[in-house]
Amino acid sequence: MTSRPITEEDLHGYVDSVLAPERQVEVSAYIDAHPEVGFRVAAYSRQRTMLRAALAPIAEEPLPPELDLARMIARRGRPRQTPWWAAAAAVVLLCAGGAGGWSLRGFNHSAGEGVVAIAQEAAQNFAVYGSDHIRPVELRATDRAELVDWTTQRLGRPVGVPDLSASGYRFMGGRIVATAHGPAAMFMYDDDRGSRLVMLARPMKADQNAPMTPHADGPVNGFAWADNGLGYSLVGPAAAETLHPIANEVRRQLSRQI
Amino acid sequence: MQDMLHQIEPLIPALRRYARTLLRDRSAADDLVQDCLERAVGHWSQRKDSNARAWIFTILHNLAMTRLRRTSTRPRHIDIDDAQEASFAQAPSQEDGLRYRELLQALDRLPEEQRTVLLLATVEGLSYAETAGVLDIPLGTVMSRLSRARERLLKEMDGQQRVTPVAHLRSVK
Repeated sequence: MTSRPITEEDLHGYVDSVLAPERQVEVSAYIDAHPEVGFRVAAYSRQRTMLRAALAPIAEEPLPPELDLARMIARRGRPRQTPWWAAAAAVVLLCAGGAGGWSLRGFNHSAGEGVVAIAQEAAQNFAVYGSDHIRPVELRATDRAELVDWTTQRLGRPVGVPDLSASGYRFMGGRIVATAHGPAAMFMYDDDRGSRLVMLARPMKADQNAPMTPHADGPVNGFAWADNGLGYSLVGPAAAETLHPIANEVRRQLSRQI
Repeated sequence: MQDMLHQIEPLIPALRRYARTLLRDRSAADDLVQDCLERAVGHWSQRKDSNARAWIFTILHNLAMTRLRRTSTRPRHIDIDDAQEASFAQAPSQEDGLRYRELLQALDRLPEEQRTVLLLATVEGLSYAETAGVLDIPLGTVMSRLSRARERLLKEMDGQQRVTPVAHLRSVK
């Protein structure tokens, strides 16, 4: 026979019935000629059958009402009530964000200054601290006053702590982090599913004032902007259209505090 | 969203099974599936993966891993035996029930990386390539983990009960 040699992968493929029909025949012939391999393959097959049988009853249970997908879709599709001013602001910022997004093309190639840089720094810090389950923040939400003192001292000016509870995110706390442009304040939030958001803020040399600018790094989205010499970026694994209104809300709250 | 309902709804029983086998807790697993479905509804229109099954299993698997990492430092509040009694459904007969129970306990003792491959590839019927995609590992790693999982499970079961050799390998499907 001039067929390709039989591999371990073929044996597993045979057990799981995923081989091409010709190959299935070849493996079958091989097994007939090599009983010790056949014995092992038969044992794998029995194991597979048993495992499927043992776990099948779970998939046969009636679904509980909270797993009603049609209802979830219907709920999501229902338009939420939005105040007129928020809608108007969203339109303005969407345009600004779109223009900013265009100006961010080639994002990865430029070393970056201004909001491009802070966007990148926020994404990097999210990558490091957003996935940290031991000590994501240095000072917890309960030490808020201390955290504000610390960041004010290191940044040379106060940074407000936005309240995102209306968007379903709790303030976890924060820390001072290093960036190529000096110290930055990092505040972290999470929702009841453990999904995290990071807000980074630091004084800006370039782009003292900049419109809301979207950025993305794989599944992680962000929005960066600058007001009165302080640059901000809000970053998280949420979809851009989910994150955008939260970034708007952060900006609204912080501009009120200044 | 009608296409989502058609493509995802039939997969919910399998998602529950995968989640429950990993978390070993019925209500925690259903919470996880609910979370997974909510996310899927929110991201359906932006998904790049045309393979809905691999896509939804990826979301569920990542949620399960996040949850397991978060709880692994705390002691599990349910004993494995109790969990299997409560969380896994009744077996058709007593004899089968005993063997299933032994098998599931052996499955529980597998390293997590082998258990996930074995469950996706054999129980949930994902292709090896889909399994590699869901777990974000190379195909070769899927094969070696599958191979190790099967060998180890055989040894574990063999230690408890000698299997009688089968004469007719042709009957294997």
